This record gives sequence, structure tokens and C-alpha cells, in this order.
Amino acid sequence: MSDALLRLEGVHTHIGQYHILHGVDFTVPRGQLTMLLGRNGAGKTTTLRTIMGLWKASQGRVIFDGQNIAGRPTPDIAQLGIAYVPENMGIFSDLTVRENMILAAREGEIDSQRLKWIFGLFPAMEKFWTLEAGSLSGGQKQMLAISRAIVEPRQLLLIDEPTKGLAPAIIMNMIAAFRELKSTGVTILLVEQNFMAAKLLGDNVAVMDDGRVVHRGAMAELAEDKALQQKLLGLSMDAHQ
Amino acid sequence: MTVAAAATENLTLPKVKTDWLPAMLVPILAVAALPLVGSFSTWVTLTVAALAMGMMIFLMASGLTLVFGLMDVLNFGHGVFISFGAYLSLVALGPLAGWVESDNVWLNILVLLACAGVAMLITGILGWAFERIVIRPVYGQHLKQILITMGGMIVAEQMIHVIWGASPIPIRLPEGLRGAFLFGDAAVERYRVIAALVGIAVFAVMHLMLNRTKIGLLIRAGVENAEMVESLGYRIRRLFVGVFIVGSALAGLGGVLWAFYRQTLTAGMGMEVNILIFIVIIIGGLGSIGGCFVGSILVALVANYTGFLAPKLALGSSILLMVLILLWRPQGLYPVAKR
Repeated sequence: MSDALLRLEGVHTHIGQYHILHGVDFTVPRGQLTMLLGRNGAGKTTTLRTIMGLWKASQGRVIFDGQNIAGRPTPDIAQLGIAYVPENMGIFSDLTVRENMILAAREGEIDSQRLKWIFGLFPAMEKFWTLEAGSLSGGQKQMLAISRAIVEPRQLLLIDEPTKGLAPAIIMNMIAAFRELKSTGVTILLVEQNFMAAKLLGDNVAVMDDGRVVHRGAMAELAEDKALQQKLLGLSMDAHQ
Repeated sequence: MTVAAAATENLTLPKVKTDWLPAMLVPILAVAALPLVGSFSTWVTLTVAALAMGMMIFLMASGLTLVFGLMDVLNFGHGVFISFGAYLSLVALGPLAGWVESDNVWLNILVLLACAGVAMLITGILGWAFERIVIRPVYGQHLKQILITMGGMIVAEQMIHVIWGASPIPIRLPEGLRGAFLFGDAAVERYRVIAALVGIAVFAVMHLMLNRTKIGLLIRAGVENAEMVESLGYRIRRLFVGVFIVGSALAGLGGVLWAFYRQTLTAGMGMEVNILIFIVIIIGGLGSIGGCFVGSILVALVANYTGFLAPKLALGSSILLMVLILLWRPQGLYPVAKR
């Protein structure tokens, strides 16, 4: 069993007067891909944003690599080695693909070997290198968002619904890219609505409902237990497979 | 290593269109005004004067548009840096009075540079203090920003009265910068040419900085999505303070040029151009330096041409221009993509 790179302990988050997370607990083992599943409004995005410090936890602890990062400013959290790909991708539309990547490379120059590897994962990035990111298609923007997150080695990737709104062919492309990423040993926490993608990629799973984690375990177990899927996610998985 | 290329087989190169139309409005407007003005020499004089005026407005407005774009801060007190910049000319003019009267143009230009240097340094420091004391407590609260920055401006104006007195102060343009260049029948004031050149130089430097340096990229990225810049590990607050200081210093520089243009100092001179500056940054697209540049020239051209052709309309010409442009492009000439 791998040790936990990230552990959430009783995390509560309020946004204005709304109490969104009600004591979220789960762990993300080092070097594995953990899926965070749940219905719309279950609190998945809020969980990622709370880890990233974009919304402050009102209670509880977020332990990353042995230190509590709850309440720290977002740039400090990013500098610890956490990369975040938000649901809206967070692409800088007015900047070129190259400029987006330059900004993501905090350490300075982009390592040419790593860039070559990224171009291997996402050939579109090489092709559109000098174009404004705003002119890319939705799938290409998602590729850029992920490329940006991995332009330098990071300890943990937080990725929010990377397959949302993408065509099936591009989803397969994404799944292949995540498999490749997994093989490098990076730890990933992936929010996903697409159960097929979750099944293919996840080592572990945490399922959220109404701001709480209602199930945690191995992804393979959930993938095989249709009754549990129905109970936790409230939909027929056959339709998603 | 290569991932299944299903999604990339169908790659078509998207075309990036450079939007020249707003920039083309400047020559179109100028050419369209020529037959209306009638006399070529008068048209040249009006046009060059408008370019100089536009560049001064650009200097005064460029910092404000970045401040608004980057941190969503409505700084109605921006005009105070213009007034302070103008008055701070006096600090340099005092010891350099001999150079002002000299007919050596290079000494005259040194006087201008000294005034600009002092004004930019001190307005930059004032900008830093203004951000810490006035702006910082009201991030994200537009109504409070308007009220407190207006209040800050009133306080600063009174400070000018305390330091330099309430009466208007005349200042002399250095000897060699007075007069005009004559091109046939057209007279182009020397000082206006200098003001136009300074504005163009500052725009060029800003353009290079915003497009060729990492700090510039961060500013542009921050204007579009500040939260994502923070998520990449950069402290947007520090960047904003830097932009605020530079914006204040540029307003101070604009104030110096504006002061020598008017040749009279009044504490309210910054507040007088505040409305004009807001019109310019709205026309240009909030947060857009290119839009601010084009908007400044358009406002000045329209003001000059209507002032000559229909003086009664001159007062409202900028607002009319803003209405027309917003009807055409509701986000301004060069809207900045927002999250």
C-alpha cells in the first residue's frame, strides 16, 4: 500500500453563506490515480478548489506531503508542487500556446526533452505552438491545460473534468494521455463524470454526495459492482459504458 | 510514446485574425475630416495637435486600464497622480530655472527629463502608498472602491493646496520648446511633437514589455484570469502593486506633459481629465493597452475636429464617440478575454 501524498481530514468549506463541504475525508496515495466521482453539485470542484486554496477551508486539515496546507495562499500551494487544471481549463486566450507554456514553467526555460515528450502526448501543441490559445478547439484547449500542468515535474495533478464536452475520439486521446502520465509515477486526483474514463484510469476512487465522501476504495471494485454504482452515483452505468 | 492520434488527425490550422479595423479608424477619421476642415494646413495643425493630446491622454490612462483589468479595481483617484505629477515639475524647475530660459534645446529637453524623472519617482511612491492605504482594504468591493478613491482624491487635492497653495501657478515652457515648426502654411507646435514622441515611445516600450517579457505575459494573463495565474504559483498581488506603481508613475509623467501643455497648474487638473480617461479606457476595452492607445487618439481627434467644425458639440464629442463605439463594440475596441 502506497503512503498518502494528500490527505483531507474533516474539511468543511463555506462559500458565502452556503456550507458546501461537510467534513470531507479521503486520501490520495502517492504515485496513483485517484478518481473523485459524484453527481453534479456533490462538491467535487469545491474540494479541488479548497485543496488549491482558491476557497479556504473553514475547518479541517489538508495534509500534503506531511504538511497542513489548509489556509495557505494559492501560489504557495502551487509552489509545493501541485498543478491544477480547472473545469473551465483556465487557458489564457489572448496568449499563444507557447506563451501559456512559458508561464507555466516557473523554474525558467522549458526543458526541451520534456517539451518533446509533451508534443508526443499532444501533437496539436506542437502544431499550434505559435497560435493564440483562444483560437483552439475545446479539445485542444484541454490538451493545452494539461500540457501546462505537466510542463515541469509536479508531485500532484488536480484535474477537474477533463473529458467534459469533448468528442469521443478526443476522450480516448485524453485517456491514453493520462495512462502515459500515470506510467511516469505522478500522483493524480481526477474529477470525472464519465464513468467509462474513470473505470479505465482509476486506481482508487472516492465518491462524493452532498458535500461528503460516501464511498472510498479501489476503482476496480466499484467498476464491478453495478448495484453499488447505482446506489452511489444514481444512474445506470450501462448507459456510460 | 505517441498517444492515439484520433483527435489530431483532423488538425486544421485555425486562422488568427489580426483585428486592424479599430486601429484603421484613426486614419479613416483623419482622412474623412480633411474635406470637412477644408484647408490642408489647418487639418495638419489640428491632426498633429490631436496626436499630441492623444498621447498625453494615453500616458495618463494606460496605468488605469491595467489596474482595472488586472485587479478589477475602479480607481477614481487616478487623477490625483496627474495633478501631483504636474506640481512636482516645480521641484525640478526651481533649481533648473537657468536651463528653462536657455535657448539650448538640449538643456531644455534635460529640464523636461528632470521634471519627468522627479514626477515619476514620487508619484510611483505615492501610488505604492495609495494602494496600501486606500485600495487594499476594498478589493472586490466596487462601490467602496469608488467612494474611497474619490475621497482619497479629495484629500490629495487638499494636500496640494496645503503644499503649493490654492492659487493657480503658471509655469513656463522651456525657451527652445516654444514656437512651431512650419510646413508650408501648416504650423505644428514643437512641444506637441515632443509630447507625441514621448507617448509613442512609452507605448512602444509597454508593447514590447507586455509581449516580450515574462512579467508582461504575467500581466496580460492576470488581466484575463488572475486566479489561474495564482494557481500557476505566481503572487498576483505583488504583480498588481508593481503595475499600480508603474501606472501611477505614468500618470505623473502624463501630468508633467499636461502641465507644460496648459502652462498653468491647478490642483483640480487631474480630476478634470479623469472623466476623459475613463471614456478612453472604456472605448479601448478595459485592460487593453492597444485599445487605450487607439482610444486616446480617437478621442483627441474627434475633440479637435469637432472643436473646429462645430464648437458647440465639442464638449460632448467624447461621450458621443463612446456611445457610437459601444453600440458597435459593446466591450470596447479591443476587448480583453475574461474568464
